[in-house]
Amino acid sequence: MRFGIVVFPGTWSDQDCHYALHDVLGQEANHIWHKETQFSGYDCIVLPGGFSYGDYLRVGAIARFSPVMAAVERFAHDGGLVIGICNGFQILCEAGLLPGALLPSSHLQYRCQWVNLRVENHYSSFSSECEKGQVLRMPISHYEGNYYADDTALAGLQANGQVVFRYSTPSGEITQQVNPNGSLHNIAGILNREGNVLGMMPHPERACELLLGSVDGNLIWESMIDYLERSS
Amino acid sequence: MTISREALDKVALSEREYSLIVQRLGREPTEVELGMFGSLWSEHCGYKHSKALLKILPSRGKHVLVGPGEENAGAIDIGDGQVLVMKMESHNHPSAVEPYQGAATGVGGIVRDIFTMGARPIALLNSLRFGPLTESRNRYLFNGVVGGIGGYGNCLGIPNVGGEAFFANCFSGNPVVNALCLGIAEKAKVVRAKASGKGNLLMLVGAETGRDGIYGASGLASRTFEEEQELRPTVQVGNPFLEKLLVEACLELAQTDWIVGMQDLGAAGLTSAVVESVARGGGGVEIDVDKVPRRDENMTPYEVMLSESQERMLVIVRKGNENRVKALFDHWELGSHIIGEVTDSSIAVIKEGKEVVAEVPVDLLLSPPLYRRRSKKPAWLTEVQSFDIATIPDLKSRQCNSTLLRLLASPNIASKEWIYRQYDHQVMNNSVVLPGSDAAVLRIKGTGKGISLATDGNGRYCYLDPFLGGVIAVVEAARNLVCSGAEPLAITDCLNFGNPEKDDVYYQLAESIKGMARACRELKIPVISGNVSLYNETKGQAIYPTPVVGMVGIMNDINGYCTMSFKDERDLVFLLGAALSPSEGSLGGSEYLEVVHHLVKGKPTIDLALERRVQRCCLEAIRHGLIKSAHDCSDGGLAVAIAESCIVGDIGFKGAGCRMGGRLDDSLFGELQSRIVVSLPLGSAAKLEKIAARLEVPLALLGKVGGRRLSIENYIDLPLAKRARAWGNGLERSLS
Repeated sequence: MRFGIVVFPGTWSDQDCHYALHDVLGQEANHIWHKETQFSGYDCIVLPGGFSYGDYLRVGAIARFSPVMAAVERFAHDGGLVIGICNGFQILCEAGLLPGALLPSSHLQYRCQWVNLRVENHYSSFSSECEKGQVLRMPISHYEGNYYADDTALAGLQANGQVVFRYSTPSGEITQQVNPNGSLHNIAGILNREGNVLGMMPHPERACELLLGSVDGNLIWESMIDYLERSS
Repeated sequence: MTISREALDKVALSEREYSLIVQRLGREPTEVELGMFGSLWSEHCGYKHSKALLKILPSRGKHVLVGPGEENAGAIDIGDGQVLVMKMESHNHPSAVEPYQGAATGVGGIVRDIFTMGARPIALLNSLRFGPLTESRNRYLFNGVVGGIGGYGNCLGIPNVGGEAFFANCFSGNPVVNALCLGIAEKAKVVRAKASGKGNLLMLVGAETGRDGIYGASGLASRTFEEEQELRPTVQVGNPFLEKLLVEACLELAQTDWIVGMQDLGAAGLTSAVVESVARGGGGVEIDVDKVPRRDENMTPYEVMLSESQERMLVIVRKGNENRVKALFDHWELGSHIIGEVTDSSIAVIKEGKEVVAEVPVDLLLSPPLYRRRSKKPAWLTEVQSFDIATIPDLKSRQCNSTLLRLLASPNIASKEWIYRQYDHQVMNNSVVLPGSDAAVLRIKGTGKGISLATDGNGRYCYLDPFLGGVIAVVEAARNLVCSGAEPLAITDCLNFGNPEKDDVYYQLAESIKGMARACRELKIPVISGNVSLYNETKGQAIYPTPVVGMVGIMNDINGYCTMSFKDERDLVFLLGAALSPSEGSLGGSEYLEVVHHLVKGKPTIDLALERRVQRCCLEAIRHGLIKSAHDCSDGGLAVAIAESCIVGDIGFKGAGCRMGGRLDDSLFGELQSRIVVSLPLGSAAKLEKIAARLEVPLALLGKVGGRRLSIENYIDLPLAKRARAWGNGLERSLS
């Protein structure tokens, strides 16, 4: 499979995503510079983490107007798989490809730590390799990861199974105590209505080898690869 | 002499130094020249008081590629065609004035020192000292500094993998903020900070030049000051986003053959970048300040030459390649401007358009007078060193539980998670052992090797005995690396002291360096780079003498790394190293003595030869896969070390007949050096005993891993959760 990893000025998870996809999982992966107005030949587009454009003004707010984003939107509208991680999730929300917004954490601090995620939907193109209710261990690293959506949008997300991951205890309970940023209903990752765009705050690309503490992130990439293989 | 005292004060030059300039120049300097001399002859750039002392630090070794002072950072060869580039630097004074920006630009500066050499920065560490958090001003400084380090480093995508924090009264108003950066480069692609080759072009890249940071080197870093608010305009403001672009662009440039050198702009801005790089190249230079892009209007040549605006780089371009280099920076949306060229004159000529505003021989600018004072032990030191343990009552056995909890909750010992969880410590996918351990461990992708990093430096020990404090800073850092399974390779240091013009401070500086040198020689670890921060005083009170040692080590097999946490039920726990009950007492300078008895007295002790053997023994045992955990016994002594291994491993410990003669306080909380707490399966014990016997290292069985309690004979018996809470929340509680 061929993954396109978008690089904005200030992006820093591009190398880690490349490492997980190429070096660990043996996939083809290329970087796409933010000034490209079109691209072709990709099976999936990755919007990695970082501080695009310094995240000045508001996280993701400037990147959303970057030349490459029109092409990403077209790709998504045509049904292509798009995953936004951390800053990528923030950009997808700003671009309107995902509902809701990511606010500063309720404790007003940046947090880098391991979290546990309960898989809420194990049928999606991003989570089919997971078991029902499986708990994944991955790192987060962000300040603005506090997911917010209004009641209507939230009800829609829940009803359509668009909530894919929630912060949980290691045994899968959803409690406020393990919510690292104040996110509504402990939401850590959501899909668009069509199911081909995922945004998540935790970093699956950092949970790619046992030496680094977890391989659970690979389940997400493997789910995508599996979906792509079946649909090609 | 026609110059006023006031004008000299502004550039921190003495009248004698001014006369020397006039004499050597054969005339009065111009205003711009005076500013250039002031900054380059400042303590910060010129090392006037420390250069003679620093010479005794061993700096050679078979791995050393670039030693101290040669380039922006030191470099060591780690094989496979790769080098590690490392440097630590202080940003104490700016952080005292404006904590967020002061600390942020400290990170920015040290990162530039690394990628200037063509090395990809892969790790940051920081060593911090503050006054007690019970005071609101200290909390403000602490929050600001931690915020600034995180704000800048997180945006760059460089993991902040470790460091330390320590709190004491003497740091109120003058915190210590030392940032270390480590990078990795291909040996063949290391870039030198040299401007050579007549006709080659000097190109200024990155941010525009403003009025920020003027007098940073001379005013802020090289004097004591009283009214910090007045100095706020001398602190620069950082733009980490711009720096991130500079990192990527400059590393791309380092892969080409279009340049002869690269030099970052730090203290003393354009002045030191131009003069120092030209001096390394052996020629001269001519630049035109009119060509320097500015963000402020009507800046004088003086201001342009001394501005410390951040995120700027000087690139020395091989003539004919300027368009290629410019295109590369254009791609990253970074400005690049040719401001002058290399000449063969040995003279630095600064012009404003056609008018020459400075014309000085390069070597003159870089030859400040060096001062060597007589070092004499101050009388007050003998007084604080004298401490008779018999004057304080020993702990009663029923007091041991509560004392352990108190020590675990002390901000100096408590978990520093509140700090490091605000730093991205995992980006780049190399972090194997995360902050909170004795040392951080990173893997080197594509090699199977790993590196280990730690910073260390106990100001309280150095205050009580500068020589031994210097020794211990080195050996503790080494011990931390050894506990992770790494062989120590090289040191970068940051020497934080008060005003060296005072006899007792000079003594502290001289003795600490001697102590460090002694330990470096014993352990055969060279110092490859460093920085000196003097004049750390507020209202006449100096900080504790605080030499901070940053150390890197290597392990050939990353899978053989070791951590501090106890692992499995029934594993045996041994104390490797110095005996359990010290005969001469080990409470001098201890955390226990300060927390419980409010005393900073006595002095530490160390047997260097034993220390070396203990480290060798631990490393061998780890390499043979004998032990499952190793934890350095330091602040808080044995009881704290055992408690930490339990808490991090989330498993208990039961003492099994540790024979503790002597005093309880001394045995449990004494800070005798050269001790490591290790755990191992029963089957490995005989093998460990063999190694220990061969190396003549004492080995004592302490007990067993297991259960949910920590119990040491009849003295300590606590449930795991209670200790974990005290240790885990200690820092946060002191902030609220």
